[in-house]
Formats: sequence, C-alpha cells, structure tokens
Amino acid sequence: MPAVSKGDGMRGLAVFISDIRNCKSKEAEIKRINKELANIRSKFKGDKALDGYSKKKYVCKLLFIFLLGHDIDFGHMEAVNLLSSNKYTEKQIGYLFISVLVNSNSELIRLINNAIKNDLSSRNPTFMCLALHCIANVGSREMAEAFASEIPRILVAGDTMDSVKQSAALCLLRLYKTSPDLVLMGEWTSRVVHLLNDQHMGVVTAAISLITCLSQKNPDEFKTCVSLAVSRLSRIVSSASTDLQDYTYYFVPAPWLSCKLLRLLQCYPPPEDGAVKGRLVECLETILNKAQEPPKSKKVQHSNAKNAILFEAISLIIHYDSEPNLLVRACNQLGQFLQHRETNLRYLALESMCTLASSEFSHEAVKTHIETVINALKTERDVSVRQRAADLLYAMCDRSNAKQIVAEMLSYLETADYSIREEMVLKVAILAEKYAVDYSWYVDTILNLIRIAGDYVSEEVWYRVIQIVINRDDVQGYAAKTVFEALQAPACHENMVKVGGYILGEFGNLIAGDPRSSPLVQFNLLHSKFHLCSVPTRALLLSAYIKFINLFPETKATIQEVLRCDSQIRNSDVELQQRAVEYLKLSSIASTDVLATVLEEMPPFPERESSILAKLKKKKGPGAVSVTELEDSKREGGELNGGSDRGPDTAAMAASNAVTELLGSVTKIVHFLVFQSTPSPSADLLGIRSAPPVGAASTSAGSLLVDVFSEAGPTIPPAAVNDDGFLRFVCKNNGVLFENQLLQIGIKSEYRQNLGRMYLFYGNKTSVQFANFTTTTKPVEPLVEGGAQIQQVLNIECLTDFSDAPLLNIKFRYGGALQNLTLKLPVTINKFFQPTEMSSHDFFQRWKQLSQPQQEAQKIFKANHGMDTEVLKAKLLGLGTALLDNVDPNPENYVCAGVIQTKSQQVGCLLRLEPNAQAQVAHTAHSKVTAKCLEKISHSGSEYNRSLNAEDE
Amino acid sequence: MNISGSSTRFSVFLFFLPQIRFILIQNRAGKTRLAKWYMQFDDDEKQKLIEEVHAVVTVRDAKHTNFVEFRNFKIIYRRYAGLYFCICVDVTDNNLAYLEGIHNFVEVLNEYFHNVCELDLVFNFYKVYTVVDEMFLAGEIRETSQTKVLKQLLMLQSLE
Repeated sequence: MPAVSKGDGMRGLAVFISDIRNCKSKEAEIKRINKELANIRSKFKGDKALDGYSKKKYVCKLLFIFLLGHDIDFGHMEAVNLLSSNKYTEKQIGYLFISVLVNSNSELIRLINNAIKNDLSSRNPTFMCLALHCIANVGSREMAEAFASEIPRILVAGDTMDSVKQSAALCLLRLYKTSPDLVLMGEWTSRVVHLLNDQHMGVVTAAISLITCLSQKNPDEFKTCVSLAVSRLSRIVSSASTDLQDYTYYFVPAPWLSCKLLRLLQCYPPPEDGAVKGRLVECLETILNKAQEPPKSKKVQHSNAKNAILFEAISLIIHYDSEPNLLVRACNQLGQFLQHRETNLRYLALESMCTLASSEFSHEAVKTHIETVINALKTERDVSVRQRAADLLYAMCDRSNAKQIVAEMLSYLETADYSIREEMVLKVAILAEKYAVDYSWYVDTILNLIRIAGDYVSEEVWYRVIQIVINRDDVQGYAAKTVFEALQAPACHENMVKVGGYILGEFGNLIAGDPRSSPLVQFNLLHSKFHLCSVPTRALLLSAYIKFINLFPETKATIQEVLRCDSQIRNSDVELQQRAVEYLKLSSIASTDVLATVLEEMPPFPERESSILAKLKKKKGPGAVSVTELEDSKREGGELNGGSDRGPDTAAMAASNAVTELLGSVTKIVHFLVFQSTPSPSADLLGIRSAPPVGAASTSAGSLLVDVFSEAGPTIPPAAVNDDGFLRFVCKNNGVLFENQLLQIGIKSEYRQNLGRMYLFYGNKTSVQFANFTTTTKPVEPLVEGGAQIQQVLNIECLTDFSDAPLLNIKFRYGGALQNLTLKLPVTINKFFQPTEMSSHDFFQRWKQLSQPQQEAQKIFKANHGMDTEVLKAKLLGLGTALLDNVDPNPENYVCAGVIQTKSQQVGCLLRLEPNAQAQVAHTAHSKVTAKCLEKISHSGSEYNRSLNAEDE
Repeated sequence: MNISGSSTRFSVFLFFLPQIRFILIQNRAGKTRLAKWYMQFDDDEKQKLIEEVHAVVTVRDAKHTNFVEFRNFKIIYRRYAGLYFCICVDVTDNNLAYLEGIHNFVEVLNEYFHNVCELDLVFNFYKVYTVVDEMFLAGEIRETSQTKVLKQLLMLQSLE
C-alpha cells in the first residue's frame, strides 16, 4: 500500500507549512503569511512565465493560507489556468482551489465552465471525475444551466466507466436539488432506475441516492424502482458474508447499500404485487433473524453495521405499519437493546420505540417496557439518552399508565437537567390534561409542577389550568382549596401566585365558609405575596382584589384602603396606577348590581386546542408532537373540556391575546363603564372579549356566511376542478368558496407561522336531505338536513414550499343523484407569510444581495381597473406581507417584506409593486426571495395578480 | 429548519431532503483539519459552526453516545486519538450507518497514509479532499469499498 510522504511532490509547500506550525505567536504567523503572499504575488506578476509545477505549488499555498482563515484576493486566474493543464496533479489543485473558494468569488464560475466542458468530453475518466466532482461540490445554478442536460447522457451511456457513473449520478443529484427545473426527465429516467441492477455495487450505491431523491418528487414515474430495490435487497440479505467481497464490511454484506435500499422503499407504500411483497417481508424477517444470531465478530464495527441495517428495516416496518407480526418482533428486538451495554444502542432503541408506540399494533408491546424506560430516565448518564426515555414515556402514555408516568416524570423533574426541564414540564402538563379522569388529580399535578419547576412553567401551562378550572365547575372548589393551601408555603413561585390570584378571585367564595380560609384570610394571604411580585402579577392581583369586593362585601373597606394607599394609586407603573384608580372608583360609585354584573364570574373559555400542545410542537426536535397526535388529543381532549365543538381560535394562541383574555378582560369592562357611564347589559360586555364564547361561534359563523354571500359572485356550476372561488381567497381568509343551487361552502381560516386552521361550512340550500355526504379531508356527519349547515375543521401545517393547492373532493347524494365536486382549497403559500418590518437601508441591502436570477421574479400585468391606492394597499396587506412606508424613494411604489414560514425552512421575501400611472394599465410586480421557493412564490404571485384583477370586478 | 440561528432569518436551505450537511475533522484544541461543506454557508457561519461543533463534542466522554443533537440536525462523531471526526446529518438519518461511514473513511486514510496521524492530514490537506470526494459526494455516500477506493487513490497517486 502506498505510504505518502510529507507534502510529497511539493517541497516548498511542506516547508511553508512547517514554518507556519513553528510560529510561536499569531503575529509571527501573520508575518510569515504576508511574506509568502508577497512572494507569490511577485511570482504571479513577474515577467517570467511560471511553469505548471510552480503555479500548482503557489495556488496550493494560497489555498492553505485561505484554510487558515485568511482572505485571498488573487490567484484565481492562475487556478483557472491550472484547469487546462493536462497533468492530473495540476488540474486537481486547480479544481480544489475553485471548489473551496467558490463562495467568496462567484465570478469565477463563468470562467471555469469551459474547462469543465472540455474535461467532461475528454473521455479521460480521471478528468471527467474531477470535473463532475467540481460541479457536485459547487452546484451553482450557472453550472446546472450549462451541464444539466449533459450529465444524464454521461450517466446512462453504455461506455461510461463505473467510477464516472458514480460521480455523474451524485453530480446530477446535486444539480437536481439546486435547480430541479433545469434537470428534465427524459428517456434517461427509466435507465437510471435500472442502475439498481448494475453489477458494480458502487454504482448502485451512488445511483440509489439519486433515485431516492427523484422518487420523492415524482413517485409515479419511478415506482418501478420498488421491485428492483426489493430484489437487490433480497440478493444482499441472503448472501453469505463473503459473497460480496469488496463490499463486505466486518462480515456484514453491503451495509450502506442495504440501508439506502431500505430507505428508498420508505418513499413508497407497501408493494401491491404479492410476490414482491412476500419477498420483501422475507428480507425483513431475515434481517430480524440475523439480529438474534451470535455475532461473527466481537468488533463493534460488526455489530454497528448489522444494527444499522436492522434499524433501517425497523423504520420501514414502522413506515408500512401494516404487519403486526413484524411490528411486535421489532419491538421485542428493541426491548433487548434497552438493556444493552452499548449506550448507542440504548439510545437508538428508545428513539425507535418512540415511533413504534404510535402504531396501534405495537403500542401494547411497547408498554410492557415501561419499567426499563423509567429506570433509564433515572439512571442514564447521558442526558440525551434520558431525554429519549422521557420522549418514549410520553409516547407510550395512555389512560392505563398515565398516573404512573406523570408521577415518574414529576419526580424526575426535581433533578432533571436544566436543558430539558421546560419540555418535561410541557409534557407533564399535556399528559395530565389529556388523561385526566378526575380533575382534582389534574389540578394537583399542575400545582405540583409549578411548585417543583415554577421557573420552567411557561405561561401556556398556567393559562391552561385556569381555562380548565373556569370551564369545569366540578373542580372549582377543589382548585380553590388546593391553591389556597399551596399559597401557605413561605416561599412560593410567582406562577403559583398568579394561579392563586386568579382562582381565588373567581372562586374564593367556594371555600370562604371555612373560617381558616375566610375572605379576609384569603385576601391577606394573597396580599402578603404582592410586594414580591412583578408588575403583570400585581396587575392580576389588583383584579383579583376588585373581584373580592364583589364576592365578599365585608372586605371592601380593607381593599379600598389598600387601593387608596400611595404605593398603588400613585404607582409609577401606568397599568398598576390605572387599575388602582379605576377599581377604587368603581368600588365606590357603582351599585351592588352594577358591580355584580361587571365583575361577574368569567364565562367559559371557548374550547380550543391546548396551547401547551402548540408550544411543545413549536419546540420541534425529536419527540415533538406530531400532527396526528394533535388530532388525538383533540379527540381525547374534547372529553376533558366537555364538548367537541371548537371555538374559532388559533391553534397557537398568541400570548398577548391570552394575556388580554386572562388579565385584561376585567379592566376592559371597567374602562367601558367608566367612560360610558351607563352600564350595558352583560351580553354586550361579554362581546368585548376578543373571541366569542362557544355558544356564539356557530351564529357568528352563520352571519359571516350571510355577509359574504351578498358579495359573492355568480353561482358556479360544478366543474372538474373549480377554482374560480379560489382566487378571491389569495388575499383574504374568509368568504364563500363555492356555491351552486344545492350547496354553499363557506370558509373561515386563520394562519399563524406555518400552521393554519380552516373552518369549512357546508350549507344545504335545498329543503331535501343530502345523504352519504363525504369529503376527502376528514369524516363529517353523513347526513345534511335540508337548510342545515355542518362544520368541519381542518388543521393545516405547511411542511415545505408548495405551488399546488390541496384538493377537496365532496360527494353526496341529492334526490338519488350522486353529486361529485372537486375544489381547490384556498391554501396558498402566501398564507404562511409573516410580515417583517425593516428600514429602507435594510430593505435595499437585502434587495441587492438577492441578485441571482433564481432569486428573482418579475411580472408585468395589466390592471383591469383603476389603481386606487387604498384598494392596492388592502390587497398587499392581504397577501400577508408587511407594507413598508418610506422605504422606496419613489412614493408611487409599494414595498413589502415578509417571511414564509414552513416547517422545514423560513424564506424571506421582498416585493415591490411599481404601478405605471401614466399608462393606467400596467403594474410591474417585482419580487425577490432568497432562493428555491421562488418559482412557487412567483406562481402564487401570478395567482395573486389574477386575484387582484378578479377581485376588482 | 434554520441552521444559522435566529440572526439570519433570511437564510434559506435548498436541501431539505436528508443528506450530509458537512464533515469536520478537528483536534482536541479545536483546530480544523478538514472541513467539507455540502450546503452553502457563508464564511462567518462556517466558523461559528466549527466552534459550536467543537464545544458540543469535546465535553462528551466515552460513556456517552456517539450522537449529539445539534441545532436542527445531529452530529455523528467518533474520536480517534486526538482527532474528532464529525458528520452532520439530518435527524432522520441512520446514525449507525454514518458512524461506520466515519470508521470506513478512517480505515482508508490509515491505509493510504500508512498509519495516519494528524500531521499527515496537515501536510497533505489537498489529498485528503480527494479521499473524501472518492467516498462522499454531494452529501451522499459514493463508494464504500475500501479496496476500490484505495485502488483508485493509488492510480491517482501514480499520475503526474
């Protein structure tokens, strides 16, 4: 085997590297580098033409200097020259320099395309590979433009060498990911799939990555790969450990290729062809069997390689989720790993079991390992392993074991690593709510949480406990008693004071009969915490005090005195001062009746998804809540909250909103009174609340439909895919999506970050019942009575950028005839915009940075109607971006900025609309984004343009 | 998937399909011996990533796993004497396959440089890139056969 000597071939380089290593200080190093840079510069500028060797050596030195972290501002031309050398070592250094430095100098790319072209057509496999590697490493759009059509040819040509095929496959993959629009499918596509049969395992290894990526984007075109992959896998799995020679790694045949094959299969559902499926199941069984065989080597490499395949096979089994036998076997295998001495295996087993827990077939099998998992939570040294154990406990939790799991998690919390406390708190809070059978247990758990880990209890958690207590009258007395006891502790967390203040303010009367918790005792207890609390908590306490005046007239004098003292009424904090002044006045001038009306018990909160769940989801990371789980909790949560109707509230409740609801509602009502002087009926007062209570939801939704109805366009007969209504939703969220003689479909939707919720209202306009009413999204009631309306809620998550709106198919029977309707759901990428404010300077700096052609889209379109400033502004705001004032030097132009939120990424987007007033007919819309999503945006943009016009009509 | 932290909201990642994000070889002092990037980062970001990886990996001991969560990704790493070999991949990627991918790569380096040591990587940094490109390309595993890779490297070595 070759032993490479130091810096072999380039003595000058080795000497330079040694010098640098010998430098005693940073200054000395910089001095040495500057000397070398001067030397190289003079050589490059010198009269004497440098030979290839010297050029290579100097370019290599420059590269070394760059890698040390210094800027290089010359030498690029010399590197480009090296590309045309016919010596491998010179070419290699040239390509390397370009691949490494290309970020800092994109001008370079244009210069090298010619050299790459020459090397690609050189028929010299070494040179071809160098060129392909350079394209794969740089992967710029210019390169895709130049070579995207050439590389597939190289890949499938009969006479291409194997190593070149390997590089070509991955090079194409890179270009496809960079610029999918430039890599056109063609007759090469089917031949690429057949590379799965290639004799050379290296070619298969490389090609399969390309095929997997292509399959993910075009599953139908590539579905023949399934049977090919299965037979390839089967041949590998059944081969003896020595059959594959070069590709056997520590007695394991082709571990990486096996993993890649199993991963490719995860792009597809289980094979439909019985024979293929049978063969695949056999493979999976063999893999599971092998895990039980005695190891062929004691080396960790052997077991790692074997288990890499095993874990990938288990992923596939979970992906199919249709073979109970395999799922249970997988679970048993992982169960063995839970006690393995290798930390890696214990970690991976916990992680993998987490997904098994969500399968109905293996959920019970997973639960049998509860003791081991609890033990892991207590004893593992690596915090990331403990974290997985906590995730798994969370995933395996159901009604049968909730109390045990919650108790274990609570006791773990006392010593838990700081980094995972917050997440643990959220999980405990969710489990306690989801599986609460009796609410006293729920209240105890949450108060314990606050006691143990108060600092990590986020607002969502304590808001939630209050929402639930307010909505469940059977637990209010218990909650008041428990929180009263908790507040007795000499030091209690501020969050406890908040909960205490709120609950006693509402329900203190329920425990006031006991002399130990008489009104004054309650008040003194709360007030003893007052001076230790922050402003928001004090504000809350002041509201609790005014509620006390209403609940317990005997406390009035004491509380008025407190409110009257200078530290309240002259508090430097405006909010506190205002509350003190207003509450004092209110308590002195309002009659008992008025007081009772204003300070009435809080109405039930609208039912909504737990905001805690939303928060946990936001934390993402492994073990975060999946969308299905969200649905689960909705089902189960419905029981807890006493109804399945859900109010029109966003999934992730805005914290500010919640604060308003919890803290502000009282003051708001008070303001109303003070300034209007005549008390209004309580119904109106409640109407001030930002969200209507449950009872009002359906009526308000109904009236919305009526409102929108009046401005709806002409009725549209059912068509193949109906998207007329769709356009008007680009800039707005509510309205009528569809209407004909029979059916009206109204929509209300709201979006926040990458999440959205859509309420669909299906109204039967006839007097006859619709039977068998089904939609493709979710089950609804199958019968819709004449004149009735049913409601459906969809939770939407934007995973990645998209251009096609999801389709909604609706079927029902009307008087014997089957009605079939397909509509585009008005979910466009701009719904996930988050407006972004920025200064003129920032805007144009970013605008200029986005200079690549693929980052920019421009459309010129006619305005069907006049360009009214206010209308345009409203539309632009409707698009979801922030409309920026005083940014564009030309006041005629409109400038917007926003960030599209998807689960996988955030995409910044800048937009300029340049109306051409003279022509009165042309707008120039111009938008820039920071990359990939562009075509989607411009797509959405063109829809937006259409909608501007459509809506103008 | 914002790998670059909250400071750069406008960053965008082309690659959301699982793949290698970068490969790093660092010594215990945090000096980089190889950095191979499979997605676009600007130079400041690269430096930040290098420092973060070093901070995350060096505090772990032999009883810990070879995997560590890192921003929205994970680092699969293995320590050889004073060198940490780290691969950054997506959370859904196969941990053990990449762990052994590292070892396979190290065995090739060991064979190629004849008992590889840190200095070999310093003085022959430009050759290490060639070895990497033979085994990993475009963020994917390109070739796994040590025999084939070494044969190819030997052939390249013989070229002028």
